[in-house]
Amino acid sequence: MQQTIVNNLSKLGPLIGLVLIMTILGFMSDNFFTLDNLLNLLRQISINALIAFGMTYVILTGGIDLSVGSILAFGSALTAGMLASGMDPLLAVLIGLLAGFAMGAFNGLIITKGKVAPFIATLATMTIFRGATLVYTEGRPITGLSDSFLFEMIGRGYVFGIPFPGILMIIVFFLLFFLLRKTVFGRQVYAVGGNEEAAKLSGIKADRVKIWVYSLTGMLSVLAGIILTSRLNSAQPTAGTMYELDAIAAVVLGGTSLAGGRGRLYGTLIGALIIGVLDNGLNLLNVSSFYQQIVKGGVILLAVLLDRRSK
Amino acid sequence: MAEFVKMTGIDKAFSGNQVLKDVSFDVLPGEVHALMGENGAGKSTLIKVLTGIHPRDGGTIEVRGKEVTFSNPKEAERAGIVVIHQELNIIPHLTVAENMFLGKEMTIGKTGILRKKDMYNQTLENLKRLGVTNIDPNETAGNLSVGRQQMVEIARAVSTNAEMIIMDEPTAALTDREIDSLFDVVESLRKQNVSIVYISHRMEEIFKICDRITVLRDGEYVGTERIADTDFEAVVKMMVGRELGERFPARTSEVGETIFEVKGLSRDGWFDDIDFHVKQGEILGVAGLMGAGRTEIMEAIFGAAKKKKGQVILNGKPLNIKHPQDAIRAGIGFITEDRKDEGLVLHLSIRENIALTNMKAISGKGYISSKKEVNLIDDLIERLHVRTTGREQEVKSLSGGNQQKVVIAKWLGIEPRVLILDEPTRGVDVGAKKEIYNIMNELTEQGVAIIMVSSELPEILGVSDRIMVIHEGKVARFLDREEADQEKIMQAATGGE
Ligand SMILES: Nc1ncnc2c1ncn2[C@@H]1O[C@H](COP(=O)(O)OP(=O)(O)OP(=O)(O)O)[C@@H](O)[C@H]1O
Ligand SMILES: [Mg+2]
Repeated sequence: MQQTIVNNLSKLGPLIGLVLIMTILGFMSDNFFTLDNLLNLLRQISINALIAFGMTYVILTGGIDLSVGSILAFGSALTAGMLASGMDPLLAVLIGLLAGFAMGAFNGLIITKGKVAPFIATLATMTIFRGATLVYTEGRPITGLSDSFLFEMIGRGYVFGIPFPGILMIIVFFLLFFLLRKTVFGRQVYAVGGNEEAAKLSGIKADRVKIWVYSLTGMLSVLAGIILTSRLNSAQPTAGTMYELDAIAAVVLGGTSLAGGRGRLYGTLIGALIIGVLDNGLNLLNVSSFYQQIVKGGVILLAVLLDRRSK
Repeated sequence: MAEFVKMTGIDKAFSGNQVLKDVSFDVLPGEVHALMGENGAGKSTLIKVLTGIHPRDGGTIEVRGKEVTFSNPKEAERAGIVVIHQELNIIPHLTVAENMFLGKEMTIGKTGILRKKDMYNQTLENLKRLGVTNIDPNETAGNLSVGRQQMVEIARAVSTNAEMIIMDEPTAALTDREIDSLFDVVESLRKQNVSIVYISHRMEEIFKICDRITVLRDGEYVGTERIADTDFEAVVKMMVGRELGERFPARTSEVGETIFEVKGLSRDGWFDDIDFHVKQGEILGVAGLMGAGRTEIMEAIFGAAKKKKGQVILNGKPLNIKHPQDAIRAGIGFITEDRKDEGLVLHLSIRENIALTNMKAISGKGYISSKKEVNLIDDLIERLHVRTTGREQEVKSLSGGNQQKVVIAKWLGIEPRVLILDEPTRGVDVGAKKEIYNIMNELTEQGVAIIMVSSELPEILGVSDRIMVIHEGKVARFLDREEADQEKIMQAATGGE
């Protein structure tokens, strides 16, 4: 009985943390709990959340993906380049997403067929994809993109006053939540991360599951990149640098184990919210960005330590 | 004689689930004391409470007449009590010698500089005390067979000059020769007045080496008897609370046509030119010494390990099996020998574990139907009498025998036509063993062909319709049920004529 309460508490931990931080910020800043700011917040977190959702899948299989930021940059640049050359925006976006998928699949292939540890493999491709982006853009931002409604909508649009990226993020969340909880594939993700050998002997093609998971993450990274590109109306070759860290932080704050096999997508959403709320709130409070980093790191550390306690 | 350890009125619950109720247990100096009970009776838990791994909820523990509470196993070790746990505690990346001295390394003074040579020699010495001379202390422990790893652990325990050694199912993975040398060690320890607590599901062993026996049932103390005053039936009755009847149920199925054939299966250095067949409704027992290559042959058939040459034929059609998935699709199930590493995802629930192999039955177009899933799982839990608080229980917290039943349940759902069982009753209690044999009977009645690898000769003899003996990667001999006996099997297994 007692243990189930503790158990539930640890499941709710991230949510309690989020509510706590929001309450504190609400007291400190009058602007925090305004509708405008909260909607703004939803838009701000959408990019990190989308990447972190993919990262959750990867980490659940016992892997890690450091290349998400570089994939984001390359996919954005590619899409922007096609847009600038006047291609149909829908087609450009689809090709961009496909490129993200392919880059992820490349990661997955190196990890499974090449038997390279995920950390090393994606550390290498992080550099490769970033280099490819710089080559493609010649180190310069791509501007003068499409003024099509669709493309503007992705990063800058509103539906009934709600920022479109936020809506997109929430739709993707539900899709991925369903995929993880209700489908055979989702089960296989947990099994591969929990005990790869047992999963294989149960007839699961562990390699295939992993390749899919990295591909998915690659595609989500580019989706995040397209939102960013639309918002700035330009693609920066250095876009997405260090984004992998915020994504991993969101996953960990959400209670997913880096050892694989254990975790929840809903936790990652909360984790992304915590990071977003901190960024947003500290900005409102005019805390210098130097201190912001210290606070953010401190919160992550505290969360992980508390999590240890409850286990 | 005063007790060395005396536990009185021990209570222990896990999240409201009462696992030990008012249990008493005492051990005299220099005796070998068997702790018996069905899977989940609470034997391992009692030991963990004694040595401070789990805090107790009630009761007292006395060691040498003084009341104590150990808060961790190190403290217990200092008081002279060492445990060799059911789950091995060897660190696979370290060498044998490093494992032997883990946490108590020999150093030059207090400098922290290791005396490697001394540790190497002492490790050799410790192993020799057990009659083990063929383990190199510099070998990486993970490369040793499970049986040898066990020997290293036992040697480590003995080397601490403990006054009481607790062995939780030590023989489950040992070869017959290793078991014999273990018994010699137990004998010599007894002479040195060391107490041994011995937990095992192999009844023969209990009657061979133990002085007294204490039985637990459902977490309650049933009684303590001197071995001399009791017998097999009486002990079983104490354990299960009723007469069990025949140990091996009579075979009831009708053997039909040949359904499964293996031809010329080879893998360099592992096994060579393996030929055999199994008929519908037949149980083919596979005997052989530990390390003869039986598991490797089965893994190759199932697509879990490479083969070099050979054919696997089901229903007259050759199969092209490259991955376990292909085997499963063809209707072949494989209950692996090592349930922790290969059979289960320990921190997932019973439901999720059983579901892994049964995705086809519970999903449509990749979408899992919770209703179908729950029905299937509950059915299987009931059919196998898995003792659990419910389908959502983590398999990690199940007792060993119940974990094994979950592994079996995984494969019944796919309705296999050929079922390979590798050591299906390892660590399983007498009652559950019989249930497993009954399930095998039931399956064969439905026409399933069964291949059972086992290192327990009584089991091979009691269950098989036909027996294949493997010796050093080759088929040494086939025996019919009628002609088979222990001697013939052992002779073939050791390479004799
Ligand atoms: N850490 C735990 N959390 C919850 N329940 C547990 C835990 N450890 C054991 N149990 C439960 O306690 C009961 C007794 O388990 P225990 O491992 O002591 O049985 P056992 O007699 O050693 O069985 P076996 O012969 O199968 O090894 C089982 O029902 C098991 O599910
Ligand atoms: Mg046990």
